[in-house]
Amino acid sequence: MTLFLQRVIDGLQNGAIYSVVAIPMVLIFKATTLINFAQGELAMLGAFFCFVFAVQVWSVPVAIAAILAMILAALLGMGIERTMLRSFDPTDHLPVVLITLGIFYIVNAFAGDIWNYQVQPDVPNLFPFADGTTVLMQSETNRLGLRIQHDSIAIILSLLVMLGVLHLILNKTKMGLAFRGVSSNTESSRLVGIRVGRILSFGWALACAFGALGAIIVAPRIQLQPNMMLFVLVYALAAAAFGGLDSVGGAAIGGFVIGLLNSVVLGYVADIGVMSSLTAAPLVMPVIVLLVVLWFKPSGLFGTKTIERV
Amino acid sequence: MSDVMLEVKGLKASYGQVDVLRGVELEVRTGEVCVILGANGAGKTTTLRSICNMPIVASSGVVKFAGTDISKSDTGAIVGQGMAHVPQGRGTFPELSTIENLQLGAYVRTDNEVEDDIDRWFQMFPVLKDRKDQAAGSLSGGEQQMLAVSRALMSRPKLLLLDEPSLGLAPIIIEDLFSTFKQINEDEGTTMLIVEQNANLALSIAQSAYVLETGSIALSGPAAQLRDDPAVQEAYLGA
Repeated sequence: MTLFLQRVIDGLQNGAIYSVVAIPMVLIFKATTLINFAQGELAMLGAFFCFVFAVQVWSVPVAIAAILAMILAALLGMGIERTMLRSFDPTDHLPVVLITLGIFYIVNAFAGDIWNYQVQPDVPNLFPFADGTTVLMQSETNRLGLRIQHDSIAIILSLLVMLGVLHLILNKTKMGLAFRGVSSNTESSRLVGIRVGRILSFGWALACAFGALGAIIVAPRIQLQPNMMLFVLVYALAAAAFGGLDSVGGAAIGGFVIGLLNSVVLGYVADIGVMSSLTAAPLVMPVIVLLVVLWFKPSGLFGTKTIERV
Repeated sequence: MSDVMLEVKGLKASYGQVDVLRGVELEVRTGEVCVILGANGAGKTTTLRSICNMPIVASSGVVKFAGTDISKSDTGAIVGQGMAHVPQGRGTFPELSTIENLQLGAYVRTDNEVEDDIDRWFQMFPVLKDRKDQAAGSLSGGEQQMLAVSRALMSRPKLLLLDEPSLGLAPIIIEDLFSTFKQINEDEGTTMLIVEQNANLALSIAQSAYVLETGSIALSGPAAQLRDDPAVQEAYLGA
């Protein structure tokens, strides 16, 4: 029983990580209907920015370093949209998606060059309470007990705050309304006077800022290094697809579902792990979910089915 | 304020190699309803799209709106100057609610009378009020057209471009819609340029009319005169 509970908790803990990476992907998808493969790497860069400000160079307080990193990441996102993507026809997905793949490799190599492909020690937690572990249900027969890592609580809390803030921005501000307008119909957006390009910049800025925040929060947990997002990206993609690619809340739920499935199924069906017997073994799960979703419900659980009545 | 709201000179447009407009000339006077008739493929939609510089078409020529040359302006900026366009196929935001569609219609405005205007169009189209929290994509064709028109009017335009507002609607709804256009034109003084296949109805509310044939203006004149023209009657009025 304790083992099962532990697997559920592990699943939720990991799920929160997938959610925080999936949400920015959904933002970009909503704005541009393309999947930004560089999302994880840009988020990783954001976490390094924060590390540089807080530890490596200036040792400013973590919260301030995090805000600075978010601003920097937002500017970077706007710059990428403006210089690399704007000039392409947004309805032609292939070149744009290939560019995001290119950015993925460039950012990864760039980070590797500066910080080396090794784990950075002493990555600060954004929340002071996030260090440590609570152990429940410990007994003579079960020495391990039920372990809840505090940083998971921090991650889940941040996820909720992130969702709340995004909800406010998207539903209560004029900019957010314009963003949803562009997401719904680009041509009509132009016709009501929305400068579509500016809204896309805004979408990238928002996604990169929140991506950075997500990476900053999960960095102490999954270890800060240039490849930190490599596998997470696959889970996040599956989470976003599960939730429906254009639903922010769906991506959050998708993350938890993927996390739970991964930890519970892999926990009991060890053969999946044995089957591929590599470090990438757990990746089988999200790929299966991805396939099942794409086969049976391509719009995901909470995504918009293209509704049209003529 | 000049007497001429919209002046189009030598408007040419092409999609790739295909020339669609070969020098369209037209003029819409302030306060009037002007209609462009023409068969499928004559270039009616392209004319409207080129006027407000929407993408995909490559166009050249001079378009003057209330005296200012807007041929090089961005679509968004043109809307800001007071031109609104209801494109063919409605042009609403299907995932957003009716009321959000109207709010977005007022995107270029900075005054605080947006709510009043929403109420005003809800009075004009009461069915929209019943559907105010419903996604626009789930409205019926006629309701969507009403929404598209109100959405355009929310920007308080001086000139309203309507691209085949009757397309796909039941005859009785079309008649209602056109009498509403007439009422809006009279009450608000909104100048209108309507592209329409339903020539009879369009000519009945218009003051002036143009007939577009394979990319250039073949006939023009006061609406009443065109209605009596034998060539127009034969080609567009089914006489």
